[in-house]
Amino acid sequence: MKSFVEDTIVGISTKLGTSAISIIRLSGPKAIEYVNSCFKGKNLEEVPSHTIHYGYIMKDGNVLDEVLVTVMRAPKSFTTEDVVEVNCHGGIYVTLKIYELLQNLGARIAEPGEFTKRAFLNGRIDLTQAESVMDVINSKNDQQRKVSISGLKGNLKQYIEDLRHNLQFLLANIEVNIDYPEYHDIEEITEEKLLETVKEYIPKMRNIIHLSQENLNLKNGIKTVIIGRPNVGKSSLLNALLQEDKAIVTAIEGTTRDIVEGEINIAGIDLNLIDTAGIRDTEDEIEKIGVEKSIELIDQAELVIAVFDSSQSLTDNDKEILDRLKNKDVIIVLNKNDLESVLKKSDFNFRNVVSCNTTTIEGLNELKDKIKSMYYNAELDEENTLLFSNVRQISLAKEVLQSLESAKHGLDVALPIDLVSIDLQNAYEALGQITGESYDDELLDTLFANFCVGK
Amino acid sequence: MEYEIIVVGGGHAGCEAALASARMGHKTLLVTSNVKNIADMPCNPSIGGPAKGIVVREIDALGGEMAKNTDKSSLQMKMLNIKKGPAVQAMRAQVDKELYKKEMLKTLKSTTNLDILESFVDDLLLEDKKVVGVLLENGNTILSKAVILTTGTYLKSVILTGSNKTTAGPHGEKTRPNLSENLKKYGFTIKRLKTGTPPRLEKASIDLTKLQQEPGSQEDIAFSYDNNGALAYKYQLPCYLIYTNQHTHDIIKKHLNESSMYGGYVEGVGPRYCPSIEDKVVRFSDKERHQLFLEPESLAYDDLYLQGFSTSMPHYVQEEMVHSLEGLETARILKYAYAIEYDAIDSKQILPTLETKVLTNLYTAGQINGTSGYEEAAGQGLMAGINASLKLENKPPLILKRNEAYIGVLIDDLVTKGVKDPYRLLTSRAEYRLLLRNDNADLRLSEYGRKIGLISDDSYKKFEDKKKMIDDITKDLQNTKITPTEEVNNFLTSIHTTIIKDGITLYDLLKRPEVKLKSLVQFLSFPDNKEVLDEVEISIKYEGYINKELKEAKKMLALESKQIPSDINYYDIPNIASEAKQKLQEIKPLTLGQASRISGVNPADIAVLSVYLKKRGAF
Repeated sequence: MKSFVEDTIVGISTKLGTSAISIIRLSGPKAIEYVNSCFKGKNLEEVPSHTIHYGYIMKDGNVLDEVLVTVMRAPKSFTTEDVVEVNCHGGIYVTLKIYELLQNLGARIAEPGEFTKRAFLNGRIDLTQAESVMDVINSKNDQQRKVSISGLKGNLKQYIEDLRHNLQFLLANIEVNIDYPEYHDIEEITEEKLLETVKEYIPKMRNIIHLSQENLNLKNGIKTVIIGRPNVGKSSLLNALLQEDKAIVTAIEGTTRDIVEGEINIAGIDLNLIDTAGIRDTEDEIEKIGVEKSIELIDQAELVIAVFDSSQSLTDNDKEILDRLKNKDVIIVLNKNDLESVLKKSDFNFRNVVSCNTTTIEGLNELKDKIKSMYYNAELDEENTLLFSNVRQISLAKEVLQSLESAKHGLDVALPIDLVSIDLQNAYEALGQITGESYDDELLDTLFANFCVGK
Repeated sequence: MEYEIIVVGGGHAGCEAALASARMGHKTLLVTSNVKNIADMPCNPSIGGPAKGIVVREIDALGGEMAKNTDKSSLQMKMLNIKKGPAVQAMRAQVDKELYKKEMLKTLKSTTNLDILESFVDDLLLEDKKVVGVLLENGNTILSKAVILTTGTYLKSVILTGSNKTTAGPHGEKTRPNLSENLKKYGFTIKRLKTGTPPRLEKASIDLTKLQQEPGSQEDIAFSYDNNGALAYKYQLPCYLIYTNQHTHDIIKKHLNESSMYGGYVEGVGPRYCPSIEDKVVRFSDKERHQLFLEPESLAYDDLYLQGFSTSMPHYVQEEMVHSLEGLETARILKYAYAIEYDAIDSKQILPTLETKVLTNLYTAGQINGTSGYEEAAGQGLMAGINASLKLENKPPLILKRNEAYIGVLIDDLVTKGVKDPYRLLTSRAEYRLLLRNDNADLRLSEYGRKIGLISDDSYKKFEDKKKMIDDITKDLQNTKITPTEEVNNFLTSIHTTIIKDGITLYDLLKRPEVKLKSLVQFLSFPDNKEVLDEVEISIKYEGYINKELKEAKKMLALESKQIPSDINYYDIPNIASEAKQKLQEIKPLTLGQASRISGVNPADIAVLSVYLKKRGAF
């Protein structure tokens, strides 16, 4: 059962990936405690209400992200409960990591419209407004219900339903074994059989979650940075890409240090360009972008387009930066290939190296093809691939996975079946939330429909 | 004549209700149509089983009688589900039906404040909507402050075999329709339910050598905490396992339309977990055989109960069916199987205290509330007796929560969700079953039993000693640290667990699944008390899972603590969905928690309700 008054909820209040920053919002008695326990900076438990604090979100001693945290104490907040908002980088990967971390600390995923609901529940919104608010909440619930069902397409829907029915049947069988132990001719669910099932589904679920996250990532745009020394032609490369596509969608004013300048679409793949300002402003100035700044940008980006003037040899700084690119998605662009070349493709130990100049179209096309080949996965055809399409589904799928893993662990250390069944029950319930098709007494119906017991 | 509490019906619910009320000091009258049938077991000769056995332990912990009476009359005891884990273990006793009745009657008769009267109750005496006594069939009236109805299957019962319908109780007794009709008149929704029972066979006419024996448990176990470790079995009689065969199924299929059920003679709704043999053959037609048991009924008569073979076929077909079974070719049927239909009220018309919403000071328990099973009946009877008494004493009622007792789960399900078919407790109905174990019923409930005055000084002393032993051992385990000496590691290897590299407390060592508490006697000495040791071992070994359920339960309790005033009119609250309004108005939940469990009431409705109540200053 969902309790909505006593626990602390967490939700992502911005649209993932598309904005410059993401806001993760918590509400409830432990909102401050949860954020504080993973925050490096001031002690949030002690800061005054309605203040903003700079710091880092830490996980296992490592920095997850640099953030701004807003603390609003009860009752002067939207929900009248303690509310904390974490402003982090807009990238989906980082946002989800923080979201997950807060869940692990104890926050529960907010139901659709639950922040509003709490505001209402706590009397923040007057009763006279109740009707319209409830309409909104109800319609959101309905929508969510519809989305959660229809959001599952084709094979994935089938797959999740199959897994759920499979667990349902296993659980009903376990229950029958427990409640009717004298019936020897009903198959006894053995540890081996359960292990077989969880072992079959764990890697598949893990894979689906992984692919879904990648896919969601893709859908929300790839954080891309173009780096290179001044005068290597970054700006003209960017202009060539832009002119070609005339595809700047937005030009959002970013935060102080993380600037998403625009979104370009190449072969159906969205690239969110960061720090294009740096490219433009410094083009004619003396080396203004130092190595440090470049490295900082590289760390933030998911795709790095590193531009070199093929008529000039590599400097020590170049080499240091190249070293830094080892584990990244990188495209090396050897620009100005119309001039006499000093650099050759074979000088770079990277898979994707493109030679081009910004006056002819061939090189640009090669660059686009590279981007396409890196991110366009023909298998990611949504109808036929097992992919979750939203964060809520992915989070629930992770709950399923965790429960299955816990069940597997239980079976490995020979825990009795009544305990293992608790984990399976949790997985089954999370699956029911994904499909939105559960109802009371469903398990008992399955039990009595499938097993012949009684006096 | 005047009493404080009148209990109508002498079955398992009635006995517990009457005993609780009398023991709590209230002048009590038990009215039964037949004193010889007090504490009768008209169906299977066993008490306990998964979930149900735990209810019997709970009854004991609260100061009820069923566990003690079962221990006095058991023919076989068995611990079930030993290998399936701590949460689902339960005891079951094969019981001597005659001895059970005899012992219970003895207890009732020796209880002060308790009188027994043989008569029929035709009507209730009312003052407005308040019950003030009963009207007997002879026209006499008896006044009382509260009445508890535990009418079992006797409310307008009809016995069915084939097309044969007889207005009678399970043993062919006369019954009267008046009470049911009057209840309807007062505003109760009357439902028709059905159950059935299999044939009883003469033991001497059965070839037992052809049957597979089902023995009881080896070690001495007892239902009552008073008898723990102190009761050696008098008997450990076997049951027998047999199977139906293709021939049996052919006979059933051939005569299917002659059964009351398939011939269309039954109006009542039967329990889905207790299908008749004809149901089993029809619904599970691909099964080649169905399992049956022969169980002893009493040392007083030479018969066996054919469990799994309940039917409403005419007598001559039953003969054919029984004789088709291996070993039963010449078996003599002493009592034919039958279906029985009876009236029940809609359990949504009852409060969690088991007082009805229709008439004040009227309580109902057992089959009249739509349940089935002796244990379910006894649990409700006890709670009705306790709550009727507490009300007379102007004390707050005892409502057991879903995380405290199977009895709490049972009553909450009844009053919150209602029943369609006769309700049986199953372990899966409890969402916190790891908390509701066979071993810890006393730890969960004895304090309640003591507080209401149903637990004697001796029993309570025993309980406190047990609790202290559990605490002491747990502390010892926490405080004893072993270090990785050669001797220690050799020992660990000998008990098939990995050696240690750093010091570890025995408490943490016990968390390893392969380490048993009794092997730790190497380092600590323990008292010789199996229940204590089991309790310690389970709560340490499964601490992680137990804590998870405790956390879930805590969330539930937060809503449970928010009380809803009884004078709320849900139709006055704007913004609650109309289906939810209607359900809430019908059920009139006592707490926000109960409201949230009503089907058709959504979280959004609860949110609106919560705000409304807060504005009203309810909490």
